[in-house]
Amino acid sequence: MNSAWLPPIIITCIWAFIGIICPFFARGPNRGVTQCCLMLTAVTCWLFWLCCYMTQMNPLIGPKLSMNEIMIMAREWGNEIKDSMDVVV
Amino acid sequence: MGDMFRSEQMALCQLFIQPEAAYASIAELGESGCVQFRDLNDQVNAFQRKFVTEVRRCDDMERRLRYVENELRKDDIKLPVLSADQEPGAPNPREIIDLEAQLEKTENELREMSANGASLNANYRHMHELKNVLENTEGFFSDQEVINLDSNRMTDPNDPNATQAGAQRGQLAFVAGVIRLERYFSFERMLWRISRGNIFLRRTDISGLCEDEDTGRQVLKTVFVAFFQGEQLKQRIKKVCAGYHADVYPCPSSHAERAEMIRDVNVRLEDLKLVLNQSADHRLRVLNSASKHLARWSIMVKKMKAIYHILNYFNNDVTGKCLIGEGWVPVRDLPTVQNALARGSKRVESSIPAFMNVISTNEQPPTFTRTNKFTSGFQNLIDSYGMASYREVNPALYTCITFPFLFAVMFGDLGHGLILLAFASWLIIKERQLAAIKEEIFNIFFGGRYIILLMGCFSIYTGIIYNDVFSKSMNIFGSGWHNAFNTSTILDTSTHYLQYRPKMSNYKTYPLGMDPIWQMADNKIIFLNTFKMKLSIIFGVLHMIFGVCMSVVNFVHYKKYMSLLLEFLPQILFLILLFGYMVFMMFYKWIVYSDFTDEQALTPGCAPSILILFINMMLNGHQKPLDGCKEYMFEGQELLQQLFVIIALVCIPWMLLAKPLYIMATRPKHIAPPPQSTPGMAAVANGGAHGGSGGGHGHDDEPMGEVFIQQAIHTIEYVLSTVSHTASYLRLWALSLAHAQLSEVLWSMVFANSFKFPNYIGSVVTFFIFGAWAVLTVGILVLIEGLSAFLHTLRLHWVEFMSKFYEGAGYAFEPFSFKSILEVTEE
Repeated sequence: MNSAWLPPIIITCIWAFIGIICPFFARGPNRGVTQCCLMLTAVTCWLFWLCCYMTQMNPLIGPKLSMNEIMIMAREWGNEIKDSMDVVV
Repeated sequence: MGDMFRSEQMALCQLFIQPEAAYASIAELGESGCVQFRDLNDQVNAFQRKFVTEVRRCDDMERRLRYVENELRKDDIKLPVLSADQEPGAPNPREIIDLEAQLEKTENELREMSANGASLNANYRHMHELKNVLENTEGFFSDQEVINLDSNRMTDPNDPNATQAGAQRGQLAFVAGVIRLERYFSFERMLWRISRGNIFLRRTDISGLCEDEDTGRQVLKTVFVAFFQGEQLKQRIKKVCAGYHADVYPCPSSHAERAEMIRDVNVRLEDLKLVLNQSADHRLRVLNSASKHLARWSIMVKKMKAIYHILNYFNNDVTGKCLIGEGWVPVRDLPTVQNALARGSKRVESSIPAFMNVISTNEQPPTFTRTNKFTSGFQNLIDSYGMASYREVNPALYTCITFPFLFAVMFGDLGHGLILLAFASWLIIKERQLAAIKEEIFNIFFGGRYIILLMGCFSIYTGIIYNDVFSKSMNIFGSGWHNAFNTSTILDTSTHYLQYRPKMSNYKTYPLGMDPIWQMADNKIIFLNTFKMKLSIIFGVLHMIFGVCMSVVNFVHYKKYMSLLLEFLPQILFLILLFGYMVFMMFYKWIVYSDFTDEQALTPGCAPSILILFINMMLNGHQKPLDGCKEYMFEGQELLQQLFVIIALVCIPWMLLAKPLYIMATRPKHIAPPPQSTPGMAAVANGGAHGGSGGGHGHDDEPMGEVFIQQAIHTIEYVLSTVSHTASYLRLWALSLAHAQLSEVLWSMVFANSFKFPNYIGSVVTFFIFGAWAVLTVGILVLIEGLSAFLHTLRLHWVEFMSKFYEGAGYAFEPFSFKSILEVTEE
């Protein structure tokens, strides 16, 4: 399995668990309300995450950064600036 | 499903109660709070009802209680608040008589004491003024022959010495008194005028304020002495004094007599003071003892009055041996009512038990949804728009989650969400203590504490997805963008910005939420805009489809199966084929177009605007694509779009005409003479024709013209609303953008200034700037933006969601319950 798909699958599984499995364990006088709330929460939250993920899956534009920011990011986030690279400015 | 899916089933019951047991049974029913009684005597005048004298007795007792409460308030004595378990039950007849006697006694005592107090106070005042007069006139008499000047001394006419002495002495008389200072000057002028200048007036101001008997306020008074000659003038002066409300006091002219009088007055003043103090003590004691019982008494009287009001609703049956009442009871509570009646009968040891009979009716019952403290807030939000019709599907169940969720889409900040969560948690943890606070605005927040709790939780989640914590992003999983430029390009000072290209720089998708790099990017808003706009439309269309599907539930329940074909199907087709297709296009564009592809037509430069595609679809227009690009996203799209538009256009006349035509076809041709009208909901028609557009209540006698017009209005409304409501959901984007920008402005313009100061000064400055930043965050971003987002979410639910299926033509169930009566009267 391609490891790039791992995060989406994990997150989908979490919400599926909350929305599909957990309602079976609802007890008490408000059973119906609890089940409904769990399912709705799972659906809405999963869909929200999905939209955000799919927007970034194939981005059509990239971020526009100033030199300072690029250099700070290179230092803090650990991607160094190499001397020669394939550049398409 | 649970209780909240639709409102509860109600039953109309008849209660047969023995007159002896009536009071006790109603008391038990009031405690249980399950029955909404109907007034069977509403055509009877209020003064002719059966239990009018008892109600008057209660009114009397309430009046006495109010009087006692007023007296307590005047003396600032606090009333102890009763907790719920100390609440007394309704009093039985013996207790009522005791209560009445006690109240009467207390009231009479208090009235008597007030009257006495008033007269004692007046006395005290007069004494005090007299004392002032006596003391202040020292100065007037000291330089005169004092013996001559007593106008009140009776001269013995037979005593030749005295008369002679009087004639010799020249008969200067005087009048002494006290007058208000502001009246003194015109008093002086008046005296001057009536005496033609033959009067000599002296005055001394009384230091300090005295109490004026008319108004009870403190005013400045002055002592005056008027010297004059002659009896006639004396009468005139006395009349003028009376006119100016000046008090005249007898003042002896001899010094010794005055001194004695002063001593006398002082003694009497001391006595009066003692008496006044003792009466004040006595009054306080009576009030204190009353205050202990007052709360209990007033609750008992209120309950009693409520019971007699309800008893007035009852009818006497033919034999006169039994009281009959009618009321709505939730079917689930029928056993509770039975038990309450049994208990009532047992309390009076009646031989014949009361019994209850369920009758069937065509009237529309009240709407009752059982809620707990969590769901009651949401149910209130829905009920504010309109009470659900009887057994209609209840949107409050879904509102529990969709409301906080849509709020959070607009609010989306982890930090602000945490603030909301903390506030709501405090309200919930301290529920018991805070429930006692009566202040109105606080009660609004307190009533919505569970709503705020959920709003906070969802805001935290959307804050994580938007990656926004007080306008900063978190980098948990490592950014998916890396640098693709070499050193020389970056250090080149002539270029100020570099734009990353996805193909070069993007190597992974950030797994949970928005990539942190966007927070620093200049074109952040462009990227976020496309994301949030698409998100809003997706959720909007889904929410509306959900709303239209709810109408299916209503149709099935009310057995209007044909409406599924006539109304639901065209509506859902129209919505899905047009706007559902737009949502599909959004997802398709997300998947297919990318920078990593080899195909030229699928590169970012060729990605079509979905809005333009949609508009061209509706208007059957075309757009010339750029070189190398294609106009459409996939094969056969043009054909598919045309097909969708045609079907959608067919749906419009379907919506417009199908239902009225159906009604026309199934309505019986010869309409019977005016149908025995059953009030309220329609009787089941004999042809299975349920007319009825919007109201859900069909009347067979509605003219066809009306039906057509109704349906036309509905069709136009629906078609236009698909467009306008879809666009209306864009407020999710707009408010979220505004919130994020405000937050960023606040940080960069307020808080970031504190980073400019170095070392120790910096820490002190940071402390103060943090204070300002925190106040603005809570005041503007949490409170104002929160209220704004709350309002917009409410509007989205009420208008965009509920207009697709909600009738809202019911009335609320208001049971006879002591708890609610006591709560109402406390306000």
